[in-house]
Amino acid sequence: MLIIDDVSKTFNPGTVNEKKALDHFSLTVEDGDFITIVGSNGAGKSTLFNAAAGMFYPDSGKIMLDGRNITFVPDYQRAKYIGRLFQDPLKGTAPHMTIEENLALAYLRAGTSGIFSRISRKDREKFREQLKKLDMGLEDRMDVPVGMLSGGQRQALTLLMAVIVPPKILLLDEHTAALDPAAAEKIMKLTEQIVGENRITCLMVTHNLHQAVSVGNRTLMMADGHIVLDLKGEERKGLTIEDLLMMFRRGEGKDLDNDRILLSD
Amino acid sequence: MLHIIQTALELGCIYSLVTLALFLSYRVLDIADLTTDGCFVLGMAVSVSAAAAGHPFAGIVLAVLSGGCAGFVTAFLQTRLGVPSILAGIVTNTGLYTVNLMAMGWSSNVSLLKSATIFTLFRKTGIGGSWYTIILSGTVSILCMLLMKWFMGTRLGLSVRATGDNRDMVSASSINPKFTITVGLSAANCLTALSGAIAGQLQKSADINAGTGIVVIGLACLIIGETVTAGRKSIGRNIAACLAGNIIYRFIYAMILQTRIIPIECLKLMTALIVALAIASPQIRQSLSDRNRARREA
Repeated sequence: MLIIDDVSKTFNPGTVNEKKALDHFSLTVEDGDFITIVGSNGAGKSTLFNAAAGMFYPDSGKIMLDGRNITFVPDYQRAKYIGRLFQDPLKGTAPHMTIEENLALAYLRAGTSGIFSRISRKDREKFREQLKKLDMGLEDRMDVPVGMLSGGQRQALTLLMAVIVPPKILLLDEHTAALDPAAAEKIMKLTEQIVGENRITCLMVTHNLHQAVSVGNRTLMMADGHIVLDLKGEERKGLTIEDLLMMFRRGEGKDLDNDRILLSD
Repeated sequence: MLHIIQTALELGCIYSLVTLALFLSYRVLDIADLTTDGCFVLGMAVSVSAAAAGHPFAGIVLAVLSGGCAGFVTAFLQTRLGVPSILAGIVTNTGLYTVNLMAMGWSSNVSLLKSATIFTLFRKTGIGGSWYTIILSGTVSILCMLLMKWFMGTRLGLSVRATGDNRDMVSASSINPKFTITVGLSAANCLTALSGAIAGQLQKSADINAGTGIVVIGLACLIIGETVTAGRKSIGRNIAACLAGNIIYRFIYAMILQTRIIPIECLKLMTALIVALAIASPQIRQSLSDRNRARREA
């Protein structure tokens, strides 16, 4: 269970560029939840993920994971429990290293291998087994540098790397937005499959309203560092994109000015 | 001619360690580590001073350790105190000048007259005849390269490589990139100091200015080596390029020294030009082809 309790973060305080990215933000994520998060640019979605992943420490408030206060645990230690995918498929992999080497690095989170150990045949078998699940033929190209792969393949590999040691929480930050429609659909399918199989608790930021209502079990809408809409259970069933837009207007008290939201299918 | 070849091999082997260090810091970690010049002299000063006191072997070990400390200081400055990486190297380098003087007993040079060095001791074993200096320095150099090759395949080595490739990805793998940078820079400066230590005992002297320009020469050798062996395709080749590049450079150096085609005073300028041109060549090629295309299609 992830509890974000009254967290605030202001960027550039005291300057003209002051920006309250998170404003007394609270959220409780239950184990097994798959939460979709929507909101216009600057609503604080990415800041929320950055706070959860430990990219910065919040100005106030605390973050608890399974009863442990992780507010001041640095990002690289949190990476053991919290996985993350970015919109940019280049962000999650080392381009000049091979698929196998990238997977070996991701597998370090298991904490089972010594720092001077090498990639063993057993590791290789395991990686091959996992790569087969992606159904992209990557299992036969394990000694190819990752920089040679397409964006979709790299994002699929990043997804696999994030879950090869199943994290407690997986943060998906518009992870299909930079891909072509076919690749995006494939990655989304893989995401649902892998998250389902491993019962990973998941938060996903998306600008695709169809995705927001059809995937997962809870939908949040954010604006100005707050949650303006929180839909789950009965309320969320049968929800259409039009409903969501209308609720957003009501909750927000203003018209949507972000055509990225309006124009997505 | 034989003398030229011998000198080139001998110096090539010894200085290949500096290039190996630069391979680790510049190529793998993607950090221009300017500690190199001072660190080379540090290794030399420590090893020669220890040899003068009758401890040639301990001198080598101490030199390597002191080099590691210098690398640690540079790494600490940039990872923990937020000093930009190039400046961190320069700051350490400046400080090392005093440390180096101190290591040589507050004098700007130290000579070994009758004291034993690793080379005189090795000569007594009779291995290699007149090639004994090359055998010894070559063995050390090749051992270091094998060690580097081995290290690059370990989990820690992979993390160091990933740090230069995609730092965010290292944090996401639950490893602190500050740690991997520290490991990389310390190891690199151990190698640089080892090179200085061996060079000092070979020439039986240490001089406060012996390191001037070493970093540029090391880079020149790295680039020459990579061009000859098509080095950047694999780690093994890239490591081999360090040795190949140094032997070629030292061979050219010895030829020039012998034939005086270029005044020896101009050599540093030549080296600087080679490095600048080699690093700039992709850019130059691109702008030339762009300009040609623009002219053709305009």
